[in-house]
Amino acid sequence: MLLIHYSYKNILARKLTSLLTVFGIGLVVFVFCAVLMLSNGLGETLIATGEDGNAIVIRKASQTEVQSIIYRDVANAIKADAAIEKDADGVPIVTSEILVLINQNKRSNNKPSNVPVRGVTGMSINIRPAFKLVEGRMWQPGTSEIIAGSKVAESFQGCGLGETVRFGMRDWTVVGLFETGGSGFESELWGDIDQLMDAFGRPVFSSLTMRLANPEEFEVFRARLEGDPRYTVEVMREKEYYEEQSKFTTIFINAMGVTISIIFSLGAIVGAMITMYAAVANRTTEIGTMRALGFSRRTILFAFLTESLLIALIGGAIGVLTATFLRLVEVSTTNWNTFAELAFSFEISSEIVLYAFIFAIVMGIVGGFLPAVRAARFRIVTALRAK
Amino acid sequence: MSKSFVQLHNVNKSYWRDTLEIPVLHNINLDVPEGEFVALMGPSGSGKTTLLNLIAGIDRPSSGEVSVNGESVSRLSESALARWRSRNIGFVFQFYNLMPVLNAFENVELPLLLTKLNRRERRRQVETALSIVGLADRMKHYPNQLSGGQEQRVAIARAVVTDPRLILADEPTGDLDKQSAEEVMELLSRLNKEFNKTIIVVTHDPRAAEKAHIQRHLDKGELNHL
Amino acid sequence: MKVLKLVSKNATRHLLRTFLTILGLAIAVMAFAVIRTSIDAWYAGANASSPNRLVVTNNISLVFPLPLAYKEKIEQLDGVTGISWAQWFGGTYVDPKNFFAQFAIDGESYLALYPEYIIPAVQKETFLKERNAVIVGRALADRFGWSVGDPIRLIGTIYPGEWDFVIRGIYTGKEETTDEAQWFMRYEYLDERMKAETPGRAGQVGSFIVQIADPSKAAQMSATIDSIFVNSLAETKTQTEEAFQLSFVAMASSIVTGLRIVSFMVIGIILLVLANTMAMTARERVSEYAVMKTLGFRPIHILGLIFGESLVIAGIGGLLGILVTFPISNLLSIVIKDFFPVFKLEIITLAIGMIASITVGIVADIFPALKAVKTPIVEGLRIVD
Repeated sequence: MLLIHYSYKNILARKLTSLLTVFGIGLVVFVFCAVLMLSNGLGETLIATGEDGNAIVIRKASQTEVQSIIYRDVANAIKADAAIEKDADGVPIVTSEILVLINQNKRSNNKPSNVPVRGVTGMSINIRPAFKLVEGRMWQPGTSEIIAGSKVAESFQGCGLGETVRFGMRDWTVVGLFETGGSGFESELWGDIDQLMDAFGRPVFSSLTMRLANPEEFEVFRARLEGDPRYTVEVMREKEYYEEQSKFTTIFINAMGVTISIIFSLGAIVGAMITMYAAVANRTTEIGTMRALGFSRRTILFAFLTESLLIALIGGAIGVLTATFLRLVEVSTTNWNTFAELAFSFEISSEIVLYAFIFAIVMGIVGGFLPAVRAARFRIVTALRAK
Repeated sequence: MSKSFVQLHNVNKSYWRDTLEIPVLHNINLDVPEGEFVALMGPSGSGKTTLLNLIAGIDRPSSGEVSVNGESVSRLSESALARWRSRNIGFVFQFYNLMPVLNAFENVELPLLLTKLNRRERRRQVETALSIVGLADRMKHYPNQLSGGQEQRVAIARAVVTDPRLILADEPTGDLDKQSAEEVMELLSRLNKEFNKTIIVVTHDPRAAEKAHIQRHLDKGELNHL
Repeated sequence: MKVLKLVSKNATRHLLRTFLTILGLAIAVMAFAVIRTSIDAWYAGANASSPNRLVVTNNISLVFPLPLAYKEKIEQLDGVTGISWAQWFGGTYVDPKNFFAQFAIDGESYLALYPEYIIPAVQKETFLKERNAVIVGRALADRFGWSVGDPIRLIGTIYPGEWDFVIRGIYTGKEETTDEAQWFMRYEYLDERMKAETPGRAGQVGSFIVQIADPSKAAQMSATIDSIFVNSLAETKTQTEEAFQLSFVAMASSIVTGLRIVSFMVIGIILLVLANTMAMTARERVSEYAVMKTLGFRPIHILGLIFGESLVIAGIGGLLGILVTFPISNLLSIVIKDFFPVFKLEIITLAIGMIASITVGIVADIFPALKAVKTPIVEGLRIVD
């Protein structure tokens, strides 16, 4: 640690080489951050979609709302459950919805992707406090009007305010745009459930969402519903349900990204090694001199290790800093769990920053260790004689 | 004669090249009292530098004993040697061996990093050392902005900054023009007279050796009186 | 040749550095090839498709079925030489993580349309006879250790309940690009249970596969089919099998684009590593080059030396990278074969990797070479490293 200043000045002295090495490590850290931010962003969006204290009911083993079917009689029976909270007028806070996918072309590449269409009731909006109509108005009952989540409106043809989408033998006019605080609902189209059931010729629900009077009693509520032989349903906390929806894609992105980052890091480590070996070779006499002045082998080892760590840390900082700009980029891709298009953004977190720096430090240590050992192992007399 | 400060007793040194033994120093005995100024002379390849390295503890004798101020240098462990060197020895090299990335001040400050001095104390000592060598106005200059003579004076400042009692110089004038060489030897002589430093200089330049009180001659690994 | 000797002597002067540079290059070329191969893997379905097969699905989205009754109407069209249908089953085997493609198919007609699935005649016969029989691909059978005769139970996600099957056949692909990770069950088995349990969901299929006589009329045929069902409760969307497969790739276009960007970043890394080595080498040799110029060597000779050395290094690094790509991509194809049944290293990918390595070798040299040539002799001689 004695020679931080010396290490730092040496890095400055060989500008081009240091810069190239810093860039190499920066690039790797950037990719590493980007991947973690991507899967973090996906997870955050879906977790934000669920409300604390809400529960969701789907058909047993169906995994997603799209594949789930709940018949009217089952839905009505569940809605009467005493565990569901009631509003000021004594109406239970529960909604039964239908969710289907429609194929619609994206604005960006004119290629089709799946947009989720949710048939909702008046209670659907009460149960999601983050819901806010930001432009236009709600649909008129009994008409072919729908409202669009802000993300869908942006990325899909026909989903902007005033535009029309065709499905179920009808043209649907988008009369309003809504936001839900960045959650997954913003990637959906919402319409009146009766109109949509009619158009799709599908008189069954996909799911029920309810607010529990006492969230602590969730397990009891779940056991009661899942144990009832008339229902064959599955009950989950809403947050857990949506978290589950990101699992497959998150694992895929992480596995792919971490593999790529590791391969990349090998390249960067080799780059750092080349730089540091050259630094050691060029400064043989300097090393001998310092040893003659009384610096120990260990101090020399640390001086070179510090040099490589400094390079790695600067690279790491550049990588992290550049990666934070990715927050401005919106990603839209198919979530493989639901097969529906989902918009989300790169999200940084303090953990990602920590991991990125640990990653950079590891690259610096691995790349700098062998050259530093070589520097420390010179015999003073030999090193002094090198020219 | 005062008691000896640097003492070499029956020192032998040889190098091994594969299986071939190359003798360098043969049965050297040397006594240098404190406050002496000694010049070791001899043609190149005579083993002068090796002798100096043995005294500095950066090389070890094949047999025999080297002691400085009563401390047996040849018996210390390597890390103990490094610590010992930083406190007791100032080293001056033929090619100055300054760190090119550090300026004059930082170069002189380098050995002080091994001490417990704080930043202000270090600054004071560096400034003192640089003013002794007459370069107080060149503190911010980098080695490549200095002349050879100036570089060597910075190196001497580096050697004295920790206030060691022994200064070892290996061909300090070997790479300098006549006038600079004169200045450097004058400086060493002053350090000897004014600060009572024990100085051992290796040189093959008789003019430089004149400044020393004692001149010893090394030839084919053996030490002779002149 | 004297020059070559000098080049190779220079390259081996810093043996460790040359070795590390080659290693860095090899890793980068390997990474490039592996990433390109995984991009290709997304397109495997599209590449394996046949130009004379059309896929008819519900116009709203894949989630919606089509009535089986559409079969007769499509069959009657001129130019249609065969028709079959399939339904996505989507069951869970033991754990939801064990995902694989499951289709309920009409046995006879479906296998006739897909000659690339090769099944032993006896196994095919049993499959067509037994209601709960299943044919699985070789890769899928290996993944779960299934063999002919094994009873398998799936839990339905779209079709509720427990479903029991018996493996009656294992198919292999005719081409290397054929997907060997699919599960084919009998449509009758599914439909009859639907009739009994939820009659509303019987008689429905996910897609029709239509074989046409003349692939050049694919667009026209598609339009004709869709026009029959326009304004019906289930409008259709007909496209070539290739377009159908590509629509899945398009859904993941962000990921594929990301991979493409990353594959170019790898080339960036090669450039950095090599440029670094070359810059260091050139700086160390400024005085040497000055000496050579004094001896009468012209800039062209110096350039030859510099580029020669870097081409040798880039060439060896590229070749080594290609060599290690084979075992790595084999290993990777085993790890990810659940997601990508077809993961095949193409020669063209290796060629691009090699070309990239060499090109980068040249680009990395431009700056140091210019500097070496432009440095005046006097200045070069003065610099001592």
